[in-house]
Amino acid sequence: MIFLKLILTNLRRHRIRTLISVAGIAFSVAAMLTVVTILQGAIGMFSGILSSDSEIIVFERNVSDLFFSNVPAAAVQEIAGWPMVLHADPVLFGIVSSADHPIITCFGVTAADARIRKAIWISGDRLTFAQHTDDVVLGERAADFMNARLGDHVPIGHVVFHVIGILKTANGFEDGGVFMPLASAQTFFHKEGTSSVITIKLRSKDNAAQFKAMVKAKFANMIGLEDAEFTRSYSQFKILKATAWAVGGCGLILGGLGVANTMIMSVFTRIREIAILRVNGFSNLQLAGVIFGESALVSIIGALAGLSIGTCFLYMLKLVPALHGYVNVAIEPVVLLIVIALALLTGVAGALYPALYAMRVRAVEALRFE
Amino acid sequence: MKRNQVNESKSVVLCAEDVWKSYDDGAITVLKGASFQAVAGETVALCGPSGCGKSTLLHLFGGLDSADRGRISVNCNEINRHSNLLHLLRHEVGFVFQLHNLIPDLTLRENCMIPTVAASVDQLIAEARLKDLTDRAGLGHRLDHRIQKLSGGERQRTALCRALMNKPKILLADEPTGSLDERTSGTVFQLLLDIVATEGVTLLMATHDRGLAARCDRILEMHEGRIHESRNA
Repeated sequence: MIFLKLILTNLRRHRIRTLISVAGIAFSVAAMLTVVTILQGAIGMFSGILSSDSEIIVFERNVSDLFFSNVPAAAVQEIAGWPMVLHADPVLFGIVSSADHPIITCFGVTAADARIRKAIWISGDRLTFAQHTDDVVLGERAADFMNARLGDHVPIGHVVFHVIGILKTANGFEDGGVFMPLASAQTFFHKEGTSSVITIKLRSKDNAAQFKAMVKAKFANMIGLEDAEFTRSYSQFKILKATAWAVGGCGLILGGLGVANTMIMSVFTRIREIAILRVNGFSNLQLAGVIFGESALVSIIGALAGLSIGTCFLYMLKLVPALHGYVNVAIEPVVLLIVIALALLTGVAGALYPALYAMRVRAVEALRFE
Repeated sequence: MKRNQVNESKSVVLCAEDVWKSYDDGAITVLKGASFQAVAGETVALCGPSGCGKSTLLHLFGGLDSADRGRISVNCNEINRHSNLLHLLRHEVGFVFQLHNLIPDLTLRENCMIPTVAASVDQLIAEARLKDLTDRAGLGHRLDHRIQKLSGGERQRTALCRALMNKPKILLADEPTGSLDERTSGTVFQLLLDIVATEGVTLLMATHDRGLAARCDRILEMHEGRIHESRNA
């Protein structure tokens, strides 16, 4: 109890300084949580596009990005004929632009594709998809920012397309994208006879290993990965995750510096007290315990405040129409634990030097300290 | 004479043999071969001008500083950098300083409990000891008061209680009443002598106050870094 009081005493003595340190950690944690959650959400959405009614994706081996993957139509036909495959859907990814919107994701798909079949058609008829080469279906958000309605003609790149439908999906990327018939997309992107990936629905998930082995045996330049495998191994996702944690980590380092500053000031202003504790039998470990306890408390309070601020901020972002589908507030427990652990680690690291300093205080000199 | 006869049969608990101590890389030599002994239960006053090394000698006995040369022993154990200084500070010696050196944000009770927390003394035992000491010091009604609310005399009495919480057999007092007025000083010192006598504690006290020194069993004079026996009670 007295140990705890010794920890609390100094925090209460310098309330403003304590508050600033807590705020530093809190905003760092909030920033980390927000950045990581948004990027996890974005990765989740992209994974969702690939895993739409499928378990495996097949793409060109060793490409840095799926946009550069070329899967020949012959491969699609052959794979679709394998007995364990329920359906194989080629998808061509591309980036198109329209006035004021330089980057719009384009999906070249067949009429049988799950994205077309399972979406909610706000306007238009699903059965009319891919009947004409200049037909295009817009995601709800894309239609909104392109100010397009059913039947309109919209310029996309150097071609004018006819809007034959507007659909709504739960996926932010798809909602902000353009769906073209596969053949039209191949012509538009000068990729005749190829797609970026094939999404595979198996008759039984138990056949996944056999399917992947067959892809490896038959197509030396292609690879088949289960959705979870792909999410783990895709280099773009790895870069995004690393960036998110690095940005959040930088924030936490700044917060940690704040804690270090507080703790250094805390130790310097209580040198005499540290000497008193030493004269009364406190060991180095006990003194370090007081200092680390102080910083750990600041970090934990900061982390909890940061989690609350971050969660509120994410909910606010979710309400922004332009970000519809991009923000997933379902914070993963593992992210929560990592953020709290990092905040605690930062606080402890920030108290290292002050604790070492306190342990080196010579009571006989410190007692003369005014 | 009677006191000396008694002392001869008691064990030596504090011993300094040819102790040298200098500061600032030898620029200032405070102790120049200081030697003396104190036996169990004895009260010894160290007198001498400021800067003569009284406090330094107390710090050496408490393990807060180390001698350049010579030998310092407490309870027949030599004090050096290999000694168990934590055990010394937790169980063998207690310190009282001129300034009370209490932690202002804590209560009287919490301040007194600090040595027991350091030494992991059982809470019930510590509470009983606290009650006993504070009752004898007339502080029983002030246990939950913060240090800022106490008078100078009460603070010094609190410091005395804290020093004796773990029942040390040696009390090192560095001008314990130096910051108090004459009347309060007399009261606090009498309490100190009473508790020390009751508990059989050996007192080594640095003081400028000749009146207080005269109430101790022995007075030692420090002069030019050496110790001279001035008077036996």
